[in-house]
Amino acid sequence: MAERLLEVKNLKVRFATEDGIVQAVDDISFELERGKVLGIVGESGSGKSVTSMTLMGLTRGVNARFDGEVLYKGTDLLKVSDREMQNFRGNELGMIFQDPMTSLNPVYRIGDQIIEAIQAHEAVGKRAARARTVELLRQVGIPNPETRVDDYPHQFSGGMRQRAMIAIALSCNPAVLIADEPTTALDVTIQAQIVELIGRLKDDFDSAVIFITHDLGVIAEIADEIIVMYAGRVVERGTKRNIFYDPQMPYTWGLLGSIPRLDRPRPERLHTIEGMPPSLINLPQGCKFRPRCPHAFEKCFEEPPLENRVEEPGHLDRCWLDVEFKRSHRDETISPGSAEAA
Amino acid sequence: MATTGTGQEEFTLDTASELAEEEGGARIEGRSPWALAGRRLRRNRFALAFLGLFIVIVVACLLAGVYVNHVSNLGENDTNTDGLITVNGNKVHVISQGHTSIKNGQVQIVPGGVPIGPQWGNAGGKYILGADQLGRDTATRLLYGGRNSLFIGFTSALICTFLSVVFALLAGYFGGATDWIISRVFDLIWAFPVVLLGIALGTALSLNGFHHGPINISGDSLWIPIGVISFVFIPYIGRPLRGQVLALRQREFIEAATAQGAGSLRIMFSELLPNIASSVLVLFTLIVASTILTEAALSFLGAGVQPPNPSWGTMIADGQGTLANNPWLSLWAGLMLALTVLSINVFGDGLRDALDPRAKVRIEH
Amino acid sequence: MVAFIIRRLIGMLLVLVAVSFIVYLIFIVIPGGDPALRIAGRVATPANIASIRHKLGLDHNVIVQWFDMVKSLLSGTLISYYDGTNVVQQIKEGLPATFSLCIGAGIIWLGFGILVGTISAVTAGRATDRVITGLALIGISLPVAWLGLILLYLFAENGLGSWFPPGGYVPLTQDPYQWFLHLILPWFTLAVLFIGFYGRVLRSNILDTINEDFVRTAKAKGLTSRRILVKHVLRASLIPIVTLFGLDFAAVLGGGAIITEAVYTLHGVGYLAYQAIGTQDLPTLMGVTLYGAAFIVFFSTLVDVAYAYLDPRIRLT
Repeated sequence: MAERLLEVKNLKVRFATEDGIVQAVDDISFELERGKVLGIVGESGSGKSVTSMTLMGLTRGVNARFDGEVLYKGTDLLKVSDREMQNFRGNELGMIFQDPMTSLNPVYRIGDQIIEAIQAHEAVGKRAARARTVELLRQVGIPNPETRVDDYPHQFSGGMRQRAMIAIALSCNPAVLIADEPTTALDVTIQAQIVELIGRLKDDFDSAVIFITHDLGVIAEIADEIIVMYAGRVVERGTKRNIFYDPQMPYTWGLLGSIPRLDRPRPERLHTIEGMPPSLINLPQGCKFRPRCPHAFEKCFEEPPLENRVEEPGHLDRCWLDVEFKRSHRDETISPGSAEAA
Repeated sequence: MATTGTGQEEFTLDTASELAEEEGGARIEGRSPWALAGRRLRRNRFALAFLGLFIVIVVACLLAGVYVNHVSNLGENDTNTDGLITVNGNKVHVISQGHTSIKNGQVQIVPGGVPIGPQWGNAGGKYILGADQLGRDTATRLLYGGRNSLFIGFTSALICTFLSVVFALLAGYFGGATDWIISRVFDLIWAFPVVLLGIALGTALSLNGFHHGPINISGDSLWIPIGVISFVFIPYIGRPLRGQVLALRQREFIEAATAQGAGSLRIMFSELLPNIASSVLVLFTLIVASTILTEAALSFLGAGVQPPNPSWGTMIADGQGTLANNPWLSLWAGLMLALTVLSINVFGDGLRDALDPRAKVRIEH
Repeated sequence: MVAFIIRRLIGMLLVLVAVSFIVYLIFIVIPGGDPALRIAGRVATPANIASIRHKLGLDHNVIVQWFDMVKSLLSGTLISYYDGTNVVQQIKEGLPATFSLCIGAGIIWLGFGILVGTISAVTAGRATDRVITGLALIGISLPVAWLGLILLYLFAENGLGSWFPPGGYVPLTQDPYQWFLHLILPWFTLAVLFIGFYGRVLRSNILDTINEDFVRTAKAKGLTSRRILVKHVLRASLIPIVTLFGLDFAAVLGGGAIITEAVYTLHGVGYLAYQAIGTQDLPTLMGVTLYGAAFIVFFSTLVDVAYAYLDPRIRLT
């Protein structure tokens, strides 16, 4: 069994705002092993970004409160001091963000920004760092890295900037790479390249990846295990196969159903999930998805625990509905008008 | 659809939204940005306190006539160089008559020409805050001067803001040659140090007044400093606003409005103007503070309000000559100025925070 | 980069030409009436008026008159009709005082402004920040003239204290200690307003920059807080300050410190203008105004070039 790098146990994150207390993440648990890709899927406001930023300690602040544990190789990252956290960031945990243009400092050269990342954690001289930088740029697929290393961010295209960000994140060989919506701001063709690049680098660097997105199509490419988040909670968890072939949450059906499909012969309306995500200050009672769920019934006023209800032991969900009922009704939601009820 | 495992009735997709409404607690409420700003502003005690102070000052100045009639009985231009007043039963010269005397073998020199200091209540309401070098009542002049200073400050700020908004909208919306011309005008005004341009215009205009075309303004009219100050600050507001309009111009909602057939005027006033409104408000409060200080500076130098009209600036200058022996005249005038401008600045700060807060709110829980 | 500089220089010259025309408009055209009478000022004699009329060639058209004015300024023959002195010469004599005042004050206000702004931003929301913000607000609300007079009254020889001279300027070459002593109060007076303003602007910039994405990336790289503050946050936040300083410094050098010079009787360029107001001496005012504008235009160009150096994205335009 591969080395267990990250263990998140019952993580809770809440923020004080002028409108009240926002429970952004409520009781999340997962594990990450070396060589694996964990996908975290959810809408805006589901808590996925807060989770990833908390792993890096970037949500620490006056208004934030944390519960639970984030164990990286046994050390609880929530409890280490700010200074110690600086040693973990970049060095053991690398992160790339959504918008590569604003994520790079516009007044410094790309090469200098990578060198800065290297020299922050390793005692190497400028020349050695520069050589490593050129090599990193080559690995992430930047053509002519020897000349491009002295360019400024505005001289790179969007896809190239994201590659440069990946180079920065991997510069100190971190064991975990966290990618927070890395492809959302890019063209579809570039998206595919970046996803493929991340997959390849994971093997080259022998690291683990947490890939956060709202796009199930992208997740299908790369993830080994998938977590579906809603309103700060994990509502479904399983392997890629589980989630795509036997989804148990009506919310997951909604996500799958809203993917446009080329293989449908008939022109049809894209399925959407009615309603809006709930306010994280005034959460609904019981199951958080209940107000929007077409199959909600009275038991849903009591919050379902995250349990394994199907044959596959690793596949957990938070839904009271009977498994048989779900399997017979979900096709109607995911691809309306195709399957008949059993 | 079939029933669920527990025998409940059928649900459709519409039921979900009906349920959501019944819940009540599951919707994210929207509030307009102005309502949010108003709420934040109301919580800012400091800003409101200083707004109160400002209002008190304005009201006091407006009641200058009442003060004259009921308290001091001395108008703002009533000079009194040789007069005497009764202080605690003694007769005292309003302006000291200089003399020398010999006391215990030492020569004592009492300087002449020094106006008396604050009498507070001792002279029956006259010269409560003292007199100036011509024997005029300082408190009276302070109130009338305040009227002038505030009037000039506010009106110039209004005119300046209005013109800047118009220029910014025209330049930002039409672009091209219009923008080029307006930007050059901004550049040219900007090229002069504010005070120098002010005194240049102020002096040139106070010589003979402005008598060109249909406009006839005499040299000592208050409209001269108003015009000068409004003019001088145009680029300070115009440039940032123009930048904002230019940025907004590119946004899709302008394209959408054009596609719907909206004409230029309509776009400028219904689409662009509301979006720069909060900036205009903030810039206005900033500029009022500046115009009041600039009027004081110009008047102090002699290029603003012309004597005998009072303004806080001229009064500071009046007190300069007798500073060593009687600092009160300059002190009061400057203090009023400082308090007024401080109130505007604190309130303006609060307004800015309310309209555009940063996530540094601290709520302990 | 060179092309950029050349373009800016040409722009600068054009602006100066336009500025001289504006000055001409202000002093000759706007007041109306008999220009010769006005130029002669308050103490006009008939002989003066006649010679002015002849010199100005008032029957020529506006453009020629303007051209003559510029020519006389550039050739250093602009004469003040109040006391017959050469305006350009007078301006030159005022330079040492103005330069001493402005350069000293500039160093003080830039240094303290940055210090105060950074401390205030780093301790945002806490007591230190509140105190600094309060002081800064008071600082920018004080009328300069009043501050100067109060300081004179409290600390200078004619008033309560007697630690400082009551005004006047002593050249550096004559007596460095006295030069310094005479300038302390004026430096402080001039700097207070700017320190308050710059402190607030910098604080605002820093707080904005801290929320930028590239600062988040810097944190994610595991850099120390110190390095993030200096190399990423301050580097970005100080750029607007550089622009501001360039323009403000130019403005005071160009005679904008007129009030401080008036209050402390420092015979600089500003003081020259101050006297000219009283006597309505238009040629002197014209000269000083042109001089001030020239400074600003020149420094604007400098600032543009510096900005391009600091922000590589600008170099392309």
